[in-house]
Amino acid sequence: MAKTHVSTIINGEPVEFLCEPQQTLLDVLRDELGLTGSKEGCSSGDCGACTVICDGNMVCSCLMLGAEAEGRSITTVEGVAQGDHLHPVQQKFLEHAALQCGFCTPGFIVAAKALLDENKNPTEEETRYWLAGNLCRCTGYDKIVRAVLDAAAVMRAEAAE
Amino acid sequence: MPNLSFTAPTTVDEAVRMLAGGAGLAKPLSGGTDLLVQLRSGRMRPEAIVDIKRIPGLIGIREEAGEFVIGAATPGVMLSAHKAFEHAWPGIVEGADLIGSQQIQGRASLAGNLCNASPAADSVPAMIAARATCVIAGPNGRRTAPVEAIVIGPGRTSLEKGEFIVEFHVPKPKPHQSDAYLRFIPRTEMDIAVVGCGVNVTLDGNGVCTDARVVLGAVAPTQVIVEDAAKALIGHRLDEITNAALDAAAQRACKPITDKRGTIEYRTKVAGVLARRAAKLAFERAGAR
Ligand SMILES: Cc1cc2nc3c(=O)[nH]c(=O)nc-3n(C[C@H](O)[C@H](O)[C@H](O)COP(=O)(O)OP(=O)(O)OC[C@H]3O[C@@H](n4cnc5c(N)ncnc54)[C@H](O)[C@@H]3O)c2cc1C
Ligand code: FES
Ligand code: FES
Repeated sequence: MAKTHVSTIINGEPVEFLCEPQQTLLDVLRDELGLTGSKEGCSSGDCGACTVICDGNMVCSCLMLGAEAEGRSITTVEGVAQGDHLHPVQQKFLEHAALQCGFCTPGFIVAAKALLDENKNPTEEETRYWLAGNLCRCTGYDKIVRAVLDAAAVMRAEAAE
Repeated sequence: MPNLSFTAPTTVDEAVRMLAGGAGLAKPLSGGTDLLVQLRSGRMRPEAIVDIKRIPGLIGIREEAGEFVIGAATPGVMLSAHKAFEHAWPGIVEGADLIGSQQIQGRASLAGNLCNASPAADSVPAMIAARATCVIAGPNGRRTAPVEAIVIGPGRTSLEKGEFIVEFHVPKPKPHQSDAYLRFIPRTEMDIAVVGCGVNVTLDGNGVCTDARVVLGAVAPTQVIVEDAAKALIGHRLDEITNAALDAAAQRACKPITDKRGTIEYRTKVAGVLARRAAKLAFERAGAR
């Protein structure tokens, strides 16, 4: 079977890869590019562990083909921190202990960052609805929501400086 | 899937050729939120996947004389961000917005929701209620069909081999016309409709209904246009007697199944209740214009 050649941008860097037609973007990220931050929880769009941002929209990388990434710009969890400098969402996840096993965490981090890029001051309800496509079996969600709201406050304070 | 092919044509003609060309099953790909799930589970075994999103016009919303034109593959996030469209048809946006999570909204399209042909598809009742039409491209050129002509049974559409939906045309509302869509699910997010109901009404200056369409989802093999419910509304204000007639008409139109989300009796009863609630919302919105 002919593989498709794809040129794309991942976390700001130009990337080229070959993929099979049925390979999802998640398969490509994990198996071809070694970007194993995005997790495979369900492969059916339900859990959000594979969440990435594609041309500004949050999507499940398990429900997008690798070949569709041609010419797009993708941000994965690996692109959220600036070098060693954690994003406020990541910092607050640590401070609030918003993770236990951590399997859901990359998806939550990407989704929460996408929320705060769009809405500087989300309410708790908006935050919970936005994160409804991310499932966590461990934390009971409350610490996650606190961490996101706290990160939003930090980012607003930083922006005001 | 040793023989699967993937192509991303940039013109409608090329896409038609790729969809019509091979002997096996060829599927258009919009957001993939149904198709890829079916591909992964092995329920769907296409020979060719044709990504239609790179064809100009397939993503985006434009306003033309008296109507909105919505590219077939436009994702939910773009639809709800379009202020003029949301103002015109809050019910259609409500329905489309209920589809899945924010991640699903980043990809899920009206054409995919329609052509997946689930009786519970959330964007379809309000589109039918608004008398939306679709432009279909195929080996014999282009044709236009009302949205209600597409789904013919669960998982089955009237589209011929090589055909795909290019765009939807939704007329702009008349004065005192508006719509609403409500669905009932056992939770608040991320579930499939037990019943869905879209109502579209036009009122005169005194709040009397002059035109109506009531469409139910998830209570029969396809969406149901409830003619008797429209008759119950036309010529009336939304008073107690009209409401009772609307409720009864909606219940009579149901031919549901029993499954884990609800029994036949439950779905039928809920259809009446949702029809009343959606009508109330549509009347309020239409009256406020
Ligand atoms: C987690 C999750 C939650 C969901 N929740 C809901 C929900 O609450 N309500 C709901 O209604 N749905 C829901 N869905 C189903 C799905 O997201 C919707 O049906 C969505 O609108 C499908 O659109 P798509 O663009 O992703 O379609 P695709 O997957 O791209 O396509 C779906 C089908 O339509 C065909 N098709 C696509 N575009 C065209 C075209 N232009 N012309 C002809 N045929 C075409 C494809 O070949 C395929 O058979 C959910 C799905 C997931 C994974
Ligand atoms: S792995 Fe993609 S949503 Fe669960
Ligand atoms: S921390 Fe274990 S699933 Fe969320």
